[in-house]
Amino acid sequence: MRDSYIPILIQFIVVIGFVVVTMVATHLLGPKRNSIKKLKNFECGIESQGNARKPFSVKFFLVAILFVLFDVEIIFFYPWAINFKELGMKGFVEMLVFVVFVLFGLFYVIKKKALKWDE
Amino acid sequence: MTELTFKIIFIIIIFGLTLLIAMYSTLAERKVAAFLQDRIGPNRAGPFGILQPVADGLKFFFKEEIIPSTSNKILFILGPCIAITTALMTSAVLPWGPAITINGQIYNLQVADVNIGILFVFGVVSLGVYGIMVGGWASNNKYSLLGALRASSQMISYELAMGMSLIALLMSSGTLGVREIVEQQPGFHWNVFYQPLGFLIFMICAFAETNRTPFDLPECEAELVGGYHTEYSSMKLGLYLFAEYINMFISSAVMASLYFGGYNFPFMNELGLSPNAISIIGSSVFFLKIIIFIFFFMWVRWTIPRFRFDQLMHLGWKVLIPLAVLNMMLTGLFILFFKS
Repeated sequence: MRDSYIPILIQFIVVIGFVVVTMVATHLLGPKRNSIKKLKNFECGIESQGNARKPFSVKFFLVAILFVLFDVEIIFFYPWAINFKELGMKGFVEMLVFVVFVLFGLFYVIKKKALKWDE
Repeated sequence: MTELTFKIIFIIIIFGLTLLIAMYSTLAERKVAAFLQDRIGPNRAGPFGILQPVADGLKFFFKEEIIPSTSNKILFILGPCIAITTALMTSAVLPWGPAITINGQIYNLQVADVNIGILFVFGVVSLGVYGIMVGGWASNNKYSLLGALRASSQMISYELAMGMSLIALLMSSGTLGVREIVEQQPGFHWNVFYQPLGFLIFMICAFAETNRTPFDLPECEAELVGGYHTEYSSMKLGLYLFAEYINMFISSAVMASLYFGGYNFPFMNELGLSPNAISIIGSSVFFLKIIIFIFFFMWVRWTIPRFRFDQLMHLGWKVLIPLAVLNMMLTGLFILFFKS
């Protein structure tokens, strides 16, 4: 069984080889005519204002946290789905309870306006 | 020929084919755009512009490499590397055709027939977010940062609905191995006829995962210049763009194998062909399905306008996830009451 993962490793080596060769080739082949102004950050031609690493809208962070929560819940579904036919009615009812909890969580998140972007 | 030598040759063939198709997708995209807008499209490099991708690729190599002075250099270089690596790794678990027999030995046209196939695809695709996030953040540019944040929140949101929509398919197939799922759809018994809603959700999510229009907010030209790759030049930019086209190819392949029967085609067992002939026709049919999907990706791109960000989040969280749950429950009820 473990043997079947070796080709994935080989493919990984091939891919890494391709990436390294490409990056080195483009580094060696391209011209290098740098100047201070050229290496500045692009801001549509005007002088760049300050640093980009500033505090940012917390909504994106909320989405990331919610993703972790819900993704874990979805992973719980996978083993159940694979064995669904053996588990039968009992498994279905038990999962229905879990789905109610998940949907309640989603409902709570929406009611708390965590996913409301236009305000 | 031992099993391992065959695998190595096969890996290189699939790798080359992936790159070739991704290369020619760029030409196809411009040709399709031209066709839909009543233009001619690129036609200077070679007959019908057939050498255009080669010219573009070479030009990427000979362009100046610019690393902004305020950026984080290691991460700046690492970003496109992660993006392309994850894009190229996904093809490992997909079956490209039925088994082929050479000199009495049977070879599977698949790099690795692992029993966690779909989980592998999801795991590797999720890592692709890092490529965009790392590159966008390391650029230290406001447009890049905005593009990267949009890309990652969009990709993780739609990954949820994507995972949910697949559960219904897994309930009827009972396995995570992609080859087994393909083998369960012989002839014309494709999963899309049993899972139309699941397929629709999966396809919308695939559009969002590959950052294609109507979900191309991470790089919408009108507001964010180039999005997360604003600061990139030379082949580093090339790798980002390439990764996008490879992702499109791979998601087409995943959709074709999960919902459209993979290498199965109607009447494949009634024609009385030898197994090797069926293998060759099956592989060709699989690639035909992939190309049709790629064309569909492009057709949609030049037809539908872009979403607004709040609409995008609304669709992902409040429409697709509840719909996927509903689809899952309906599938469960159907299997319980009609199949047993």
